[in-house]
Order: sequence, then structure tokens, then C-alpha cells
Amino acid sequence: MMSFDAIVIGGGHNGLVSAAVLAKNGRKVLVLEAADDIGGAARTEAFAPGFRVSSIAHVLNRLHPDVVKALELERHGLDIARGDFVPSVALSKDGPPLILHGAYGEVLTGASSSEQTAWKGLRAQLLRYAGILKPLLARRPPDLGGMSLLETASLGQTALALKRLGKEDMRDFLRVLLMNVADLLDEQLTDDRLKGLLAFDATLGSHLGPRSPTSLLGLYYRLAGETGGAAGAQTLPKGGMGAVISAIRAAAERAGVAIRTSTPVARIIVAKGRAVGVALDSGEEIRAKTIVSAINTATTFFDLVGPREIDTGFVRKVGNIRMKGDAAKLHLALDRPPQFAGVDAADHKGRLVIAPSPDHVEHAFNPSKYGAFSPEPVMEITLPSLADPSLAPDGACVLSAVVQYAPYALRERWSEGKPKFLEAIMTQLETYAPGIGKTVRHAELLTPADIEARYRMPGGHWHHGELQADQMLMSRPVSGWSGYDTPVEGLFLAGAGSHPGGGVSGAPGLNAARRIIAMRG
Amino acid sequence: MTRQLNINPSARTLAQSHFRTLRLGTPFQPRIDALAKTNDWYNWAGYRAPHSLWDEELEYFAIRNQAALFDISPMTKYRIEGPDAEAFLNRVTLRDVTKLKARRVHYTAWCDDEGFVLDDGTLFRLSPTRFRLCSQERHLPWLLDSAKGFDVTVEEETEAVAGLALQGPTAFAVLREAGFAGVENLKVFDLADFPHDSSPQGNSQVTISRTGFTGDLGYELFVPSEQALSLWDRLMAAGELRGIRAIGYTALNRARLEAGLIVANSDFVTSEHAIRADRLRMPDEIGLGFMVDLEKGHFNGRRAILEARARRKLRHVLVGLEIEGNIPAEHAIVYYRKSQEVGLISAATWSPMAKRNIAIASLARSFGDTIVDDLWVEIYAMRELQYQKLMKRAKVVPRPFIRLDRRTANPPADF
Repeated sequence: MMSFDAIVIGGGHNGLVSAAVLAKNGRKVLVLEAADDIGGAARTEAFAPGFRVSSIAHVLNRLHPDVVKALELERHGLDIARGDFVPSVALSKDGPPLILHGAYGEVLTGASSSEQTAWKGLRAQLLRYAGILKPLLARRPPDLGGMSLLETASLGQTALALKRLGKEDMRDFLRVLLMNVADLLDEQLTDDRLKGLLAFDATLGSHLGPRSPTSLLGLYYRLAGETGGAAGAQTLPKGGMGAVISAIRAAAERAGVAIRTSTPVARIIVAKGRAVGVALDSGEEIRAKTIVSAINTATTFFDLVGPREIDTGFVRKVGNIRMKGDAAKLHLALDRPPQFAGVDAADHKGRLVIAPSPDHVEHAFNPSKYGAFSPEPVMEITLPSLADPSLAPDGACVLSAVVQYAPYALRERWSEGKPKFLEAIMTQLETYAPGIGKTVRHAELLTPADIEARYRMPGGHWHHGELQADQMLMSRPVSGWSGYDTPVEGLFLAGAGSHPGGGVSGAPGLNAARRIIAMRG
Repeated sequence: MTRQLNINPSARTLAQSHFRTLRLGTPFQPRIDALAKTNDWYNWAGYRAPHSLWDEELEYFAIRNQAALFDISPMTKYRIEGPDAEAFLNRVTLRDVTKLKARRVHYTAWCDDEGFVLDDGTLFRLSPTRFRLCSQERHLPWLLDSAKGFDVTVEEETEAVAGLALQGPTAFAVLREAGFAGVENLKVFDLADFPHDSSPQGNSQVTISRTGFTGDLGYELFVPSEQALSLWDRLMAAGELRGIRAIGYTALNRARLEAGLIVANSDFVTSEHAIRADRLRMPDEIGLGFMVDLEKGHFNGRRAILEARARRKLRHVLVGLEIEGNIPAEHAIVYYRKSQEVGLISAATWSPMAKRNIAIASLARSFGDTIVDDLWVEIYAMRELQYQKLMKRAKVVPRPFIRLDRRTANPPADF
């Protein structure tokens, strides 16, 4: 039997990145994936005959440049050019849309000239401040207990960057850091469409409304990501998100990583406080010096390690991670491309956002606090088959949308609520793209409950844990254990539940691998 | 709406009046109140408990010469039961519970994730799958959160179970006289159930263990609270000719110190109570390192304790001291070479049994550990409104300070 130095549990993008980096460092690595295909929530999957779509993640906007470089993804088929950047279109019911072109609105069209000036100022400020946070949201969080010289130095760099802002700007950075996004937008902008779009982006994928304290952090998190070297830029990868996975897989396999799919891990074998291997559902046991869990944190400790092998305080912390998803994913197989009112052909290839105003987003959020879905949901829509016809049959079209808010713990249960929520979504779509309803050949709505079951993500949360101030940085996944190592010696975490969080970035996977290498694990 | 709120005003008033009783009585309170000549009370975990009842000096000698009855009902008690009870307790506490046989008791302690002691206490294995954990502090949330992944139930039974300690050379004779047939078979740390049928509710059981907190021959008895008074009366009647006396904590405290036993939040600060970071203590720092079983599998604090041992992060040590002279050195500062502060005495007394001036102290390592010579304590003796500062030599000595053969003798001595 082949023996391995490291076993990576979970073949999502973070697991694959981790595996590839470890393999490039000379380790023999085995990736175990429970599903019949790798990629996790970043797959391209068929959802109707002839129709394929990026399953959960559908916009690429934060794949970390260090991941691209370390894995030489460009040599393995990943191709991101500036020309691929797609615009964000803020749809409007009663007028033309407002459009952010280039990298998150380098050019703004559809707004008054005074609003354009205001946006230019706000955008520069947002990017400046996100730039301060960027290194913090990429590297391993500082180890407060015992910081190495390198960590101290890089934290010093952040302090220096803060200082370089100048006195006024630094004060403002600190003033707004934990603000809610709605108040900041109200300070600087007047156009509801623009404010609605930004309010939506700030709260996308979290259980927050624009008026919830700290909601601005979500926008910083987005803008701390970059694509093709441009902060805030976004693309729809050709071939869907699965194409990105293919590139990572190619890099991993080139480095010698072995991948086994349809191989669920039943438990992590712990002996004397040390992880020494895994036992599969089939009963087979595989031993390795290093076990990397690139799946959910709670699943890792409660199901695979088991609470008996960890301390009570740690059990409490893991049990307290908030990870109830509040976003649903909609896939529509359409007879023909829909026509969103006032949007030209080129912009249909972009990201179309229904979030008419911050108030609308807030109203949509309110019911979710009490276990009900939004009657008038907000959403971001992409039509990936327009740029990549291979995703749909001739003349037909794929619509992929992230829809909020859809609380995981729906009071009436999703078995009851799902058809009603789909109806609410279709009503909303019909308003912006009249006639779309009649062209629907097949609809697939994935509620957080579906996402949980299909992608083994407890709570159906794509960040594997709310991305809010109290669950970020040194507190992610839990305070005291944010450095990818765990109380179980030889066991490391590499999933989105770890710092910095979710989205197709590869950062948790990369950081985990680097940590393992640094610890000679 | 208003009507609904007022549906049972008397029950509500009753529920709201809890604050009128600042200190609860134990099930034995009517008997203790009747004997309380000194009216010298203290607060034990919310209960009104006596410091002394009639004369703390004579109460102490009741422990050593007769039979002393001490109410331990306020002690926190948890009932832990289920197929995984043993595994659960093995994960929570330091010692190997698989080595604790049914109908046996052991002294143990438990730690948080950082390896700091949450409490110490006694674990009674009532049956293969049923335990009673007794402790100073309350731990229900901790125990319940620890139960995740175990097939076990944890219930607090502090109120439901009344407890008495019967300690002293005539303790066995009192029990035999009271009709507890077979109690002579109990060896130290054994326990057994005995019928107690004088209760109005009919037959019930009393659990008797040969345990105690005095270093003397002694037993602890547990009954359902409703049977508390009849048990008290049964013992008092049986012990009349053997000098049975009810006692308060001051006397017990002296006896426990002679036995070298420590008290949580007196000799060390439990980790949930400590506010200052340097007050936290690992088992090795309070003399409980012997409990730590690294071979038994995972338990709370294992990783931290291992690391502290490996990296020599243990900063304190708990020691027994013998101090020259006869003035108790309660809370005196311990010095090295009469000048360098190295620790504090947490409990001290003149020991009538050992005829020595004894103390328990916490010292900063390596004092008390490898540096044991040239230690001094500074005693402030109040003499007619003036402190006389005494610098007395202290010697590190092993605990217990006294060893009584009768504590472990089998069969126990009759009187």
C-alpha cells in the first residue's frame, strides 16, 4: 500500500490548494473527497439536460494572487485577462440601470455627474481602507500569545500603512471600521441604486442587513480581494467555477497529489492527543503524520475527531460558531436569454443586482431575523452562458443567482417554504425582466438546507461560519486557535471556516499549508 | 392579559421572596439550630453553616477523642449516570476512573482547557454506571457541556441529598450501636448502602462511605433530604455514651490541616474564580500532580499540562511547613533569607496532635521545590494593641502532618 505524509480531507478548492502546496514542498499527499467529484461548492454542474452552471460560487473575484503564483495556475489553464472583467449592474424598476464598469466601478455610468464625483471619492476611500486590511485578511492572523519576529514585522507594516494614511484619513479609517454600511453610504452618496448595490455587496452571504452594526466589513472583505491584479474586479470564469478547480487540480496532480473521490472519511484517528490517520466509511484506515481538514470546523471536531478527544472549553467554542446560512442559490434553464429592462447586450454578461435601495435590502433582511424568507428578495444574477455558450444548448440560456434572505432555520421549514420562496423570486425577476417566467424550462432552487445536504456544509453557509467581526481574524474559527493548527497535534484546518474566510480565494488552504511547512508538521 | 398575569399571585409572591432568606438552611437545620450556643454562622455555598456550635476548642477535641458530627449537606453534589458515565468522568477529571471500582470513592480534581484547576472533590462510584461527584463550587454548565458526545445524564442533587460526616475514634462504634450491620467491613474509601427504616415514608437507604476530611477514623453518610432528621436522631441516640458532638467548621478546618488536606478557594483559587492571571493553578502547582494520568486517554487540560511540564512553565508549588514557636502563621508571608518574598501561607495552626506549628503555603518555584533551606515566615502577633513582628524559621515538611493508624485500621477499633 502507498503511504502518505499528509492526508487532506475535503477536495474543495481550499483542500486542493493545501494539498498542492504541501506536495510542491516534497510531501506525499492524498486528498479524500466524499462526493463523486472534487470542487466542493465551486464546481460546474449539470442541473438540467444540456445546462451546466457554477454550483454555488459563480463570480470569481478574490482568488488570491499568491495561490495563482504558488500553483502556477496560469500554466495549468487558468486565464484571467483584464478584458474579462465584468460590470456590476444595479437594476432599477423605474428607470435605467446604474453600472459599475471595470474593477468595481473604475467608471460609473447611469448616474448624475455629482454622484459620479462622489463615487470616485468613496471608491478611492474604500479601496484605500480595504488596502490596509488586505494583508490582515490574507496572512495567518497574528499569534497574540507568542508572535514571531516575522509576524511582528508584518503587523508593523500594517501599522505603518495606517500611519501613511495621514492623521485625518487614519482617524476616519478607525471611525468607519465597524460602522454599518448604510450610514456610511448616506454620508457620501445620494443615488439609491448605487447605495442599494453597495449595501447588497456588503451584506452578501452574511446574516446582516445594511443597518446592522459592522456591516461595512463585508464590503472591505470583498474589496480586499483582487482579480487580474485589480482590487474589486470580477470575472465569470469560462467553463464555470469548475474550470478554476480544474486548473488547481492540474497543479495538484502535477505536484504528485493523489485524489480519491467518493471516499467519505468516517473519523480522524487520534492516539494520545495526536491525529495519526483517518478511517474511511468503508472501514479502511490510512495513516499519515499530518491530517489536514479542509471541511467544516464543527464537522471536523464533532463528527470526525469526536468531542471526547478535545477539551470542554474548545467544544464550547466550536459549538458556538454561528454558521446558519441566509442565502439561496437559484439556477434557471431558460429557452432564450432574458431581457432585463434598460440593460444593453454587453452588460447582460455582467453581474445584475436587484437591490433598489439600502432600505429595500434592510426590509428584505428583517423577516430573516425571525425565521421567514424575504417576500421581496434581493439578488445578484449572472447569465454565464452568454459569454460561454457551452453551458447551455443552442439559443438557450443559463441564469445563476444568489438570492437573499433565506434563513437556514426557516420557521415553516423549507419543505413547505421552498415553493413559496421560488414564487417570490420569480415575481421579483418578472418585474425586472418581463416575460422571463414563460421561458423557464427548469428551475433549481438550493436553500441553505439543500446546500447543507448537498455540499456537506452545516447550516448551508458558504463561509462555513458567519463572517462578522467577532468571527474574523484571531477569532476564526475560534479564539486561541486561529493559526490553522488545532488542539489535536498533527491536525490542521484549511477550510473557509478558518481565517480569512470563504469565497474562492484559496487563502485558508494556502495559509494552512504554509503553517504546516513552518511547523515541520 | 392582566387576569392571566395574576392567575396565581401567591405562587408568584412566593417565588419572588427568595431574597428574604439570605442563607438557606440545610435539612439538618432544626437540630443544628437547637445546638447552636455561639450563633457563629458563615456562608457555605449559600447555606447557613456553623463556624462553631458551643466551643471550637472542645469541638476539635471531639473529632480526635470522641465522635464529631458535621453537616456536609451544602457540598455541591452531582448525580452522573449512564452507560458512558465512566468515560465521561475520565474525560472531565484527572484520575483514571476505570481504576475506580464500584462502591469505591476517590479524591480527584478537574481542569479547564488551559490545565488550570476548576475544583477538587470526591467521586463516589455508586454502581458501574452511577456516580456522585462532590465539590466545593458549582459546575453544572461545565459538566453538561462536557457531556456532548457521551451517553450520560448529569443532574444536580445538592438539595435532594443530605450529608453528614461522622469523624473520630468512636465513629465506628456509634454506627455499630446505631444498627448499621456490616459497617465494620468498610475499608478506607469503600462505600455501601444500609437500610434506614425509621423514616415515616417507610424503608430507605443510607449510603455510608469510609471517608472524611479529618485524617481520622470516620465515615460520611448520605440520605434523601426527607430522611435527614431521622438519621441525625438515630446517630445522636446511638452516640450518646460515646461522646458524639455536633461541630462547626473551625474545628474541622484544624483537623483537615493536620491531615494536610487542601480547600478550594482557600488554599488555591479555582480557575473560574480567579480574576488575576497569576492566581490560576495547575494540578502540579497545588500538590495534585499525582492525579494526572497521561496514559488513560484524553482528559480536559491534558495538552496544556503536558506542555507546561515539558516547557517548565510550572511556577508555583504547594508545600507543608513546620514553623518554629507556637504562634499560628495564618496568611503570613514566606521569605527566603529573611528578605526575599517567595510565597504566602494559606492555612496555619498549632497542631495539638502533632505538637507542632504547621502551615500550608504556596511558594514561587524553585523555592519549596529545590530551594528548601533558609525559609522564614513573618508573623504579626497582636499583643495588647501592638503588633510584635516575629521572624520564624520554616521547614518544608511532608504532608499529612499527622498519621493516625486508626484511620485505616481493619477492622476499625471499637469503643
